[in-house]
This record gives sequence, C-alpha cells and structure tokens, in this order.
Amino acid sequence: MTAPRETVIEVSALKNMFGHQVVHDDLNLDVCKGEILGVVGGSGTGKSVLMRSIIGLQRPAAGAIRVFGEPMIGRDEEEAKHVRRRWGVLFQGGALFSTLTVAENIQVPIKEFYPGLDQELLDEIAAYKTAMSGLSTDAGAKFPSELSGGMRKRAGIARALALDPELLFLDEPTAGLDPIGAAAFDQLISELRDALGLTVFLITHDLDTLYAICDRVAVLADRKVVAVGTIPELLALDHEWIQEYFKGPRGRAAASIAEREEASA
Amino acid sequence: MTVTADFSRNVEEGHCVLRFSGNLTLLRVRKLAEQLKEIDADQLVVDLSAVERMDTVGAWLVHKLARDRGASIVGATEEQQVLIAHVAKADQPVKIKRDYERPLMRVVGEVGASAQTAGRTLYGLLGFFGSLLISTGNIIRHPRRFRLNAIAQQFEVVGVRALFIVGLMSFLVGIVIAQQGAVQLRQFGAEIYTINLIGRSSVKELGVLMTAIMVAGRSGSAFAAQLGSMKLSEEVDAMRTIGVSPMEALVFPRVFATVLLMPLLGFYAAVLSIIGGGIFCWISLDIPPVTFVQRIREVVPMTDLWQAMIKAPVFGMIIAMAGCFQGMQVEGNAEEVGLRTTAAVVQGIFLVIVLDAFFAVFFTEIGWL
Repeated sequence: MTAPRETVIEVSALKNMFGHQVVHDDLNLDVCKGEILGVVGGSGTGKSVLMRSIIGLQRPAAGAIRVFGEPMIGRDEEEAKHVRRRWGVLFQGGALFSTLTVAENIQVPIKEFYPGLDQELLDEIAAYKTAMSGLSTDAGAKFPSELSGGMRKRAGIARALALDPELLFLDEPTAGLDPIGAAAFDQLISELRDALGLTVFLITHDLDTLYAICDRVAVLADRKVVAVGTIPELLALDHEWIQEYFKGPRGRAAASIAEREEASA
Repeated sequence: MTVTADFSRNVEEGHCVLRFSGNLTLLRVRKLAEQLKEIDADQLVVDLSAVERMDTVGAWLVHKLARDRGASIVGATEEQQVLIAHVAKADQPVKIKRDYERPLMRVVGEVGASAQTAGRTLYGLLGFFGSLLISTGNIIRHPRRFRLNAIAQQFEVVGVRALFIVGLMSFLVGIVIAQQGAVQLRQFGAEIYTINLIGRSSVKELGVLMTAIMVAGRSGSAFAAQLGSMKLSEEVDAMRTIGVSPMEALVFPRVFATVLLMPLLGFYAAVLSIIGGGIFCWISLDIPPVTFVQRIREVVPMTDLWQAMIKAPVFGMIIAMAGCFQGMQVEGNAEEVGLRTTAAVVQGIFLVIVLDAFFAVFFTEIGWL
C-alpha cells in the first residue's frame, strides 16, 4: 500500500453540530479505492453521523466532502443522482420498505435508475441477489415484517448491492447477527470486494469483523478521526482509547482468533 | 468508459462463438438480455477476453448461457471467474412472487377476516374494560398507587391544551347554527326562535358531541400512538417485569383524565357555542345580548345540561378506552402503530355517535325532552 491510491471519499475539516453540541470538529478522512475501511469509536462519537454526512443525509456545519472526486455538499438532488447510483447503503435496522416484498425492495433501486429493464431479468436479478446475501430461498416473496432482525439485515444488504455499487456503506452490519451469520457476512463482503473491486465504508463494533476483513481502521474520538491505519499500526500508537479498545479482553480474544486463522491458512 | 456491451457471433470449428466486448454491467445490458434469448445455436462458446468491466448482472447473463445452453466460457480473468462462480452459487430457486389467490376467494377471505377482527376487537375491548375496572379497584384499595403526577400531566394534555381548538371550533359552530337557523326561521317570521335552536342544540347535543370528536382526534389518537410506540420499544414489557402494572400506570391515568375532563370541556364548548350564536344574533338579527341571555335561560331546561353531563363522561371513557386498547394491541412494526392509531380514532368516534343515538332515545323515553 505504498503506491498512492485513488481516493474515493475525501472528508476534510468536517464540522457537525446538533444545537450547541459539537459532534465533529475538523474531522479529516480519506478512503482509498478497493479498501475496506472500518470505522470504530465509542458510543456517541458520531460514527453514524459521519456516514450520514458523507451520503448527504446530514448537512454539515462546515467542511468539504468529496465522493468519487465530486463535491457532495450543496449539490442539488438531480446532480447528486449519478453519484448516488454508484453507492449502496445499509442502514442499521435494514430500512427496508415495509410495504414491498424483499424481492421488490431489491428491484426498487434498479427500476429507479435503469427503467425499462425486462421484468424477467429483474426477477432473476432479485433472485440471485437474495441467494447471494444468504437469505433463505422463500424469503424473496416475504414482507419485511415477516423476517427476523438478522434476515432483515441481509435483505438490506441485498438491496444495497442491487446496483452493483462501487462503494458500499455499511452501518453496523453484523450487529444482531449470530456469530455464524456474522462470519458468513464478513466473508461475503470480502469476496464481493475482491470480485467487484468494491470500496467499503464499514461502521462496526465487531472486533472479529475488524480483524477478519478490514484493511484499515479509522478511530473516531474527541470529535475527530484520531488515527487511521492497519490494526498493528494502531496498536503501536499511544492513545488511551485505542489501547483499551484493542487490548481489552474482547480485543485480545478477537486478535488471537485472527492469529490462529492466519496460522492455519 | 461509455462502451456499450455488445457481442459478435462467429462460427469457428463447429462452435458458435459469442465474443463479448465493452462493459458487461447493469448500465449497459438492457438490450443484450433480449438479444441473447434469440440465439438458438448449440455448442456455444463465450469469449470474455474483450470485456472491460463486468458486474454481477453481466456475470449472471454469462452464467445463464452456461447453465441453459451448456456454453463454455473462455478468456475470463480470474476476477471474472470468481464473480461468475459467485453468481452460480447464488443461482437457487428463490421464490419471488407471493402465491396467487383467486379474487373471489380473496374477497370472501377478507370479509371473513374482518368479521373475525371486529368480533375479536369487541371481545378484547370488553376484556380491557374488565381489567381497567380491576385496576381501578386496586387503586382504590391502595390509594398510594394513585399516580397524581401522571394524571395531572394528562389533564394538561387532554384538557388545557385542547381549550383553544375546542373553544374556537364551538364558537364557529355556534355562528353557523345561528346563521343557518335564522335563514330558515325567517321564512316563518320566527327569527326569535333562533335562540332556542342555538341554546338547546349547543347544550344538549353539539357541545358534547363536537368535543368528543375533537378529543378523539387529539387525544384518542395520541394515546394509541404513545402506547403503541411504548409497546414496540418493549417499554410496556419492561414495566411489567419490574412489577408495575401498565394498566395502572399508563391506561388508568389517561382514562381517568379523559372521563373527568370531557364534561368540563363539553360544558365549555356549549358555552362558547352559545356565545358564538349570541354574537351572530346581536350583529345580524339585532337581538341585544341581554335579551339573548334572558331568552336562553328561559328556553334551555336544566335537563338539557344534565343530559350533556351524563353523556360526556361516558364518551370520554369510550374514546380513552379505544385509544389505549388499540395502543396496547400494537405488535410487530411501526406500520402497525399508524394503523392502530387510525382504528382508535375511527372506533372512538363511531362508538360515541352510536351511543349518542341510544342516549337520545333513552332521554326522550324518560321525559327529558
């Protein structure tokens, strides 16, 4: 990773505030093409707010955000559309449209951006996306209310992947999944990244996910990104929160699992 | 990078070779899918060496050729092979459409289901009323459990905050009755009876009825939405496990406040309606306020007020119960909260009007004309 790489997301001097409460102040972050960037931070450090700022759901108080080299702040909806089509977003709760079946949910972005596609092809796409996300074969015809939390999440991933995006935003994708499902999901993400050249912006609390698939990890604390780097690089830093996070009991457990897996591979 | 996905067909060594080029991505495949369907040759060979980019949709089309026609794939890069393998793995018989139901069957089924729902709702409402009575009994036996703060808060929400809108509405209704009544009565030269019309209809019927409708819209819906979202976030369950009865802590204060405030609001509404009518009479019919008030005292019997004061708490009970009952029925998702809120208002108003009809007949029978 020594060669200069194309940056997909550039956040510079970002400032976000709610009322008088400052969430981000002078926050800088670059995400490179093809990497899986994990974003960690304590509760309330504004991980989701950062994601919402990047995808244009939260208007920052100051700062600049560029995605695929295009400025995202103050763009009008029509202009932003061609950028939006290049990314997929998975919200924390899945955020599926409750009046549509899973298959219809997956087809919504496709129909929106590529009208006039053959319905048969649309159905086939929905079918393989459903299977690809690890949903059961009868899930396509179900409504979100008929799915469990984990299944809803998978359906959300299927919809996020509907347009074969280059950039994927995932907000705590493995939260609420069972360990087997979470591991399968980690594998799915890294395989898709390899196959499609995806760039992934991944907010997570899951240390196993961080060790298993993240190329770099950005740490949010004190209203900014205090460090970005691979896990060994972060471990070398003398920052209290980082040390506690990775060297705490859970961090050590995840690290030892990752080591064992590497040894057996 | 604006290369349209395309393919050429050549016959080489007895094989039909499809040579794809350009970007085999969702953006470019619209026509391609249809063209590929028309190919009827056997022994296909798919050459991907000229493809610049491929996404899962492109991979899917290639995979379909391999699956349905037994095509062999050549010239794929390692990444493309991985992608195709991925898609192939995901090629499972996934159910996309919901099962088709015959329209007649569906209509019959829906009628049956809603009849069942109506019966169950009525039954549930009765049960709810029962458990509310038990809670009330418990509170009477243990007065410490009487939540004064919660009840005072409901007083404010149900009563004080409703004063402006209920008052304004009643005032306007009073004006409308006076105006419409005067137009009709003028034909008989009996304009003075406009006062009878205003006084009796406001006190006996409209004050309480309009207030009930407004309270159902404001508070009945709010009860359903509040309790519904508390049910969704498992607050109600948490309450139960801690040992607090939701019936006593949530439902009782709301019902109690509404039952107590409905007569007050109804009386207030009747007074404002009379004031509205009085102002119209003064301005339009030249009946001075003093005469108007005197006439009102003469023509409105005390029984009219008793009727209103008997009906109002019953209406309040029904509205608050419908709201709380529907709120407590919420299960599953946020959509349900909306449905239940609507149901609370519709049921509340419907039951109020049905009961009002019963009351009218009843009071006439006992001679309170």
